[in-house]
Amino acid sequence: MNKNYFEIKRAGINTTFQDQGRGNLYHIGIPFSGAMDNRNFQISNKLVGNEVNFPIIEFAYQGPLLKYFGENINFAITGDVKFIIRKKNNTFEGKCYQSFTLENGDELDIISTNKSVYGYLAVSGEFDVNYQWSSCSVNTKANIGANNGKKIEDGQKIYILNINKNLSDKKLNYINTKIENIRVIQGTNFDYFSNEGKKIFFEKEFVISKLSDRMGMRLEGPKIENIVDTNIKSEGLLKGVIQVPADGNPIIMLSDHGTIGGYPKIGVVISADYDKLVQLTPGSKIKFKKVELADAETLFKLYDLETQNLISQI
Amino acid sequence: MIKNISNLGDAALYCDFGSEVNKEINSKVIRYFKSIQKENIDGINNLTPSYNKLIISFDLRKKNFQTIKKLIENLNITNDDELETNRIKIPVCCDENFSLDIKRLEEKLQITRDKIYEKFFGKEFFCYMTGFIAGMPFLGDLENELQAKRLETPRVKVPKGSVGLTEQFANIYTFESPGGWNIIGNTPQVIFDSTNENNPNLINPGDVVTFEQITKEQYYNINE
Repeated sequence: MNKNYFEIKRAGINTTFQDQGRGNLYHIGIPFSGAMDNRNFQISNKLVGNEVNFPIIEFAYQGPLLKYFGENINFAITGDVKFIIRKKNNTFEGKCYQSFTLENGDELDIISTNKSVYGYLAVSGEFDVNYQWSSCSVNTKANIGANNGKKIEDGQKIYILNINKNLSDKKLNYINTKIENIRVIQGTNFDYFSNEGKKIFFEKEFVISKLSDRMGMRLEGPKIENIVDTNIKSEGLLKGVIQVPADGNPIIMLSDHGTIGGYPKIGVVISADYDKLVQLTPGSKIKFKKVELADAETLFKLYDLETQNLISQI
Repeated sequence: MIKNISNLGDAALYCDFGSEVNKEINSKVIRYFKSIQKENIDGINNLTPSYNKLIISFDLRKKNFQTIKKLIENLNITNDDELETNRIKIPVCCDENFSLDIKRLEEKLQITRDKIYEKFFGKEFFCYMTGFIAGMPFLGDLENELQAKRLETPRVKVPKGSVGLTEQFANIYTFESPGGWNIIGNTPQVIFDSTNENNPNLINPGDVVTFEQITKEQYYNINE
């Protein structure tokens, strides 16, 4: 039997298996997880001829260095990523949104993301991973998902099953755009904040703190004053919810968030802006713009249509 | 029974059952939660019951706020007596290595540790909700004399299995996690098991829990 695998020579900072995530478990205390940037996750799979929801490897900032052993396989990287392919007689820099072929002994060195956080590596086959609640997505907090719910580590091997025999080259002309204005819908505790606090929230700039990860994004900036209570009775959270604790600095819930929280909710990031929000690096400046529900629904339809359109171009 | 339904962002309903925390309101939340769960409505991808709120998340590709709101408003809700309640006993060891905050609690509450244990063990607690971290149960209500505020500086790491008190509630840390509850002991019992996909939580909303004090020897014997 042919064994096809990657040997991990360097794991990178936060390298995990992800897919579309797992639903219907909030009541147990388990968040969705899944690829942070859903659009780039789906595109990476399509570029190697997979179904769009196949497991991929997500990395943040510094990616992994992988050495490949086995029969020829295609891979694609999406996001804004610098990476190098080392073949026996040839080393060259790869391009995102394009498939490349790896042969036995080749190395793929994912050096880093450029001015963005997450990148995606898909291969033309199936990563040999275990599933929990129909998803391989790794939740390192509860140790759920592939790889025993842990990050990928130095020295480990990642096996690949069912390699696609048809290794046709695929490519997409696409450039990630950045956003500075994050559109939000007012939260359920909007009136906990002073008029001045509300004004600050929608008019002033906030800076993304280094204390940001797959669970949440912390922001720094002018303090948002609470005039009712800095705690609420604990209740459910969602990705995109913006909580303001007693210190007045907002925290945005991201895909691995705690399912229950007790800080007032000032706003919720609209679904259409989530993929771009998570790609903003610490130090980036953002502003919140208020939108109404009907507009948010239309904006998501447009965003989703654009994603489907990109996928159908591959 | 729902006082008000509003939207939380563009992909969730925020059902408000009131502002107080008590069994009566929480039972209504749980009844709604179980009824909606049973309906298996296409497009709903998560339900989060809490003390007095129920959040219903949906896939914006399939449904929107108005359509889900209508569905919920026209739903048949199960009666009280159809609610399933499990009774669960949780062994807890209060050895000094486990009862990290008992001294602090004696000072805060101005009663002795024996009195604290007397008022805690053997009493029935109701599970209002589970979550924050996987499987963590929020249990109430503690007697007035046991109600204390959170630690002023939360711990960076609360050990797995720790049993903590805050205000009118008790909980169990199912994983090592940051946290600010007053820790009085530790249970060797597995509260969350991710390999049991159909029933990962030992304690579910609506269940009744009693804590039983065990010795250090019993604690380590259970682990073996």
